Amino acid sequence: MGISTEEDPKERKNNKDSLDEMEMKVAKYSRGKAANLGALRDKKLKGQLAGKERLIGQSAKAAAQAEKWFLPIEGGYLEPEGLEKTYRYQQQSIVQEVDLLSSRKPFDMILPVLGPYTLEYTSNGRYMIVGGRKGHIAMMDMLNMDLIKEFQVRETVRDVAFLHNEQLFAVAQKKYPYIYNRHGTEIHCLKEHGKSLKLQFLDKHFLLVSINSFGQLHYQDMSTGEMIANYRTGLGRTDVMRANPYNAVIGVGHAGGKVTMWKPTSVKPLVTMLCHHGPVTAVAFDRGGHLMATAGVDRKIKIWDLRKYEVVHSYTARAQSLDFSQKGLLAGSNGSLVEIYKDSGGQDYKVYMKHRMIKGYQVDKVLFRPYEDICGIGHSMGLSSILVPGSGEANFDTFVENPVETRKQRREKEVQALLNKLPPETIMLDPNMIATVRQPKKKEKKTKKEIEEEIEDVVEAAKNTKVKKKTKGRSKPSKRAKKKEEEVLKAKRPLLDQYKETNGQPEKKQRIGDQSELPKALQRFAKNRQP
Amino acid sequence: MRVKVISRSTDEFTRDRSQDLQKVFRNYDPALRSQEKAVEYTRALNAAKLEKIFAKPFIGAMDGHIDAVSCMAKNPNNLKAVFSGSMDGDIRLWDIAARKTVCQFPGHQGAVRGLATSTDGDLLISCGVDCTVRLWKDPMRRMMDTSDAIGDASQPSAVYTWKHAFWGVDHQWDGNIFATVGAQVDIWDHNRSEPINSFEWGKDTLLSVRFNPGEPDVLITSASDRSLTLYDLRMSSPARKLIMKTRCNSVCWNPREPMNFTAANEDTNCYSFDSRKLEEAKIVHRGHVSAVMDIDYSPTGREFVTGSYDRTVRIFQYNGDHSREIYHTKRMQRVFCVKYTYDGTYLVSGSDDTNLRLWKSKASEQLGVILPRERKKQEYLDAVKERYKHLPEIKRIVRHRHLPKPIYKAANIRRTMIEAESRKEERRRAHSAPGSRPVQPFRKRRLIKEVE
Repeated sequence: MGISTEEDPKERKNNKDSLDEMEMKVAKYSRGKAANLGALRDKKLKGQLAGKERLIGQSAKAAAQAEKWFLPIEGGYLEPEGLEKTYRYQQQSIVQEVDLLSSRKPFDMILPVLGPYTLEYTSNGRYMIVGGRKGHIAMMDMLNMDLIKEFQVRETVRDVAFLHNEQLFAVAQKKYPYIYNRHGTEIHCLKEHGKSLKLQFLDKHFLLVSINSFGQLHYQDMSTGEMIANYRTGLGRTDVMRANPYNAVIGVGHAGGKVTMWKPTSVKPLVTMLCHHGPVTAVAFDRGGHLMATAGVDRKIKIWDLRKYEVVHSYTARAQSLDFSQKGLLAGSNGSLVEIYKDSGGQDYKVYMKHRMIKGYQVDKVLFRPYEDICGIGHSMGLSSILVPGSGEANFDTFVENPVETRKQRREKEVQALLNKLPPETIMLDPNMIATVRQPKKKEKKTKKEIEEEIEDVVEAAKNTKVKKKTKGRSKPSKRAKKKEEEVLKAKRPLLDQYKETNGQPEKKQRIGDQSELPKALQRFAKNRQP
Repeated sequence: MRVKVISRSTDEFTRDRSQDLQKVFRNYDPALRSQEKAVEYTRALNAAKLEKIFAKPFIGAMDGHIDAVSCMAKNPNNLKAVFSGSMDGDIRLWDIAARKTVCQFPGHQGAVRGLATSTDGDLLISCGVDCTVRLWKDPMRRMMDTSDAIGDASQPSAVYTWKHAFWGVDHQWDGNIFATVGAQVDIWDHNRSEPINSFEWGKDTLLSVRFNPGEPDVLITSASDRSLTLYDLRMSSPARKLIMKTRCNSVCWNPREPMNFTAANEDTNCYSFDSRKLEEAKIVHRGHVSAVMDIDYSPTGREFVTGSYDRTVRIFQYNGDHSREIYHTKRMQRVFCVKYTYDGTYLVSGSDDTNLRLWKSKASEQLGVILPRERKKQEYLDAVKERYKHLPEIKRIVRHRHLPKPIYKAANIRRTMIEAESRKEERRRAHSAPGSRPVQPFRKRRLIKEVE
């Protein structure tokens, strides 16, 4: 065995790589940049903040270093060899390659009578609930493929949603949404929501959000039963609604091509974006909160940056439903074709996998299963599930979501969730705004005094301008005085308007509807000012 | 094709036997936890509310004296022992764990005015208006006894009679010397029946005395001529004197920063001074609505407790200008003496209603043994509360204290008076020649002069 005195250049490169990797990990855990202490003048505060920053740095580093012990499972992947393309791989060939346990996970369930089916997973990915349009509800334990409960409601089922855990779920039925427990017992009928088309549950806030056939949004607190908010979108009937997991804002896609975003404490939408020419068919949000994918009837799938509200990429493709996975894969369904897209750098999504159902099946919903490399598909002839390597988060946190939780852990988690229930006011576009200082408004209105001073200055300047000497009697003292006066008036006119505004009475514009203005014949068209 | 998918066998992630602990897996990735700030804020808010719910600071009253409690002393040798002296001359030793009298000393004729223990805890010194100083050897004997019968302790080991009534006593840290105050400052030795030294500066009565914990030869007294005087035993005369507008009832050195002391003043405020710079107070601690009678520092030096004539006990941060906590009960009358116990967890107050009262220093603290997990949780909640303390909702809940109506009203009246005074001063300044009425900071306003 020889002892090499010189360091291997390859090894050195590896070391450098691992250092860079470490830095990236630390950046992930330090949650944003450090405060700029250089600009501070208060020494005491500076010292305190410096101490805090040091602590944050240490804990980020510790978390990054502990990653290799805490994260024992490697995430999934699918890598081509040679000239192969990942999207050419069939499900059968993938299933043959993976281990026995995983090869049992994909399935095709043919339920031709009561479809098309929609589905939903619990946030820990263990349980699945499916709803057939013609009234078939079934709940399954996906860990050991057990059917927990199956029943018929004998009326139209439009959507299903789990509440905070698998014990309760909501079903949007023909006239109202209902709440059932895992034994299929009806617990509540939420008549106030009306004929709801889509349901979403915000688990940190315990809010059930529904949109009904009149385009009304309802927010109901599921722990107290209180109706928190009820807003008209005013943009017509739609069944495209998704919650943004990053900030719990609800995104609604409308038939006019608009996507609006809502929070329960404002009557008006926070954001209205014109995303498509023609109806929006699907909306999905990434876990990181900065990406939104929309699909429209105009044969476009668009990826949006939600920090700038701009299109990042636009692709020509159809999609009836979209979903982002935990690791950022995007699934879209078009007829009987399910396509999975993957970020190839710079949010440019390229086709990663394709899965074609049997011809004639119409895919209704695609949904990634959390903490697993699986995508669930609800279609007109039943349910399917396919393997999508690299879609799920490999390592769960027992205290956040636990796919193998026991009954006791579930109960404990329920109590904690109720204790930490967030008030509806905490839903906002930027959730990190809480406990930060509001920036002062850039343009302050000038005070009366300031305007007066400014006018004085302007007048003084205007008076001091030299008037050109002119011939043929145009420089007579009277003319010159008049000219100066004009100059002064011209200089102070823009300021006078501001001055009037500060006096409290902005100049009222005459309304067209004012009756005195209109000739008699037109007066009846004027808006009636009395309610 | 290289392919791998997530595959977890359930056995790997669950415990093998029901006796085992549940397996815990952590992933600290921030992406798994959305809305972290909102969650933290909610936790802080809930913690602030729970703190209010659990705030039950009063542990119990200890009755036994038949007249007002005038003075107390704690024993450095024993955490649960407190001596108290009352206006009828009675001296008692209390076990504050059991909240019982352990021993009763046949005290003085007339009020006991001062109590002090030596640093080793083997000697109790009492003095009173009957012009005597009494020394009690081994005062803790009863406490160590297993027999729980309350009986009279033995007679004092020494009784020294002197020329004037005494108002206070304090024992030197590490030494054989103690000082009494009355008409003058007398320095005594344990073994001498007459003072070994006396100091006099002015003719007025001295009210309290405290030895410096860091420099054993330095002591401070407060007197009814509104002065605070520093003495050095190595010199023949007093060192420095500060005269204020109102008198100080009590003084206490900060045990961790022994150059600083805090004086409990008659004008409802406490003044913290650096003994090297007496020209201005470091901090004025405001809050009481009547004269502050007694003050005692916590052994950590971060907090002190004050008792006041307004029937409340307050806790201040050593550098805080307003009280952190206000304690009161329906039955507690004028508080004459307060002590912070040597473990920093409890307060003892003695008041006019003949009772001693035991309080927790942190109102909502859980007593007893705390499991490490509970402690960690508490630390986390404290940190979160600290982080979000500036938000209005949390601030409101944390700051709120219910006060008895008379104190609440008195505080309002005081505020009005102070505002009126400052307004008047402002107007005077506006109408006098510029610079002729300089702005006097509050730290200096109540001081008159310093005499060397």
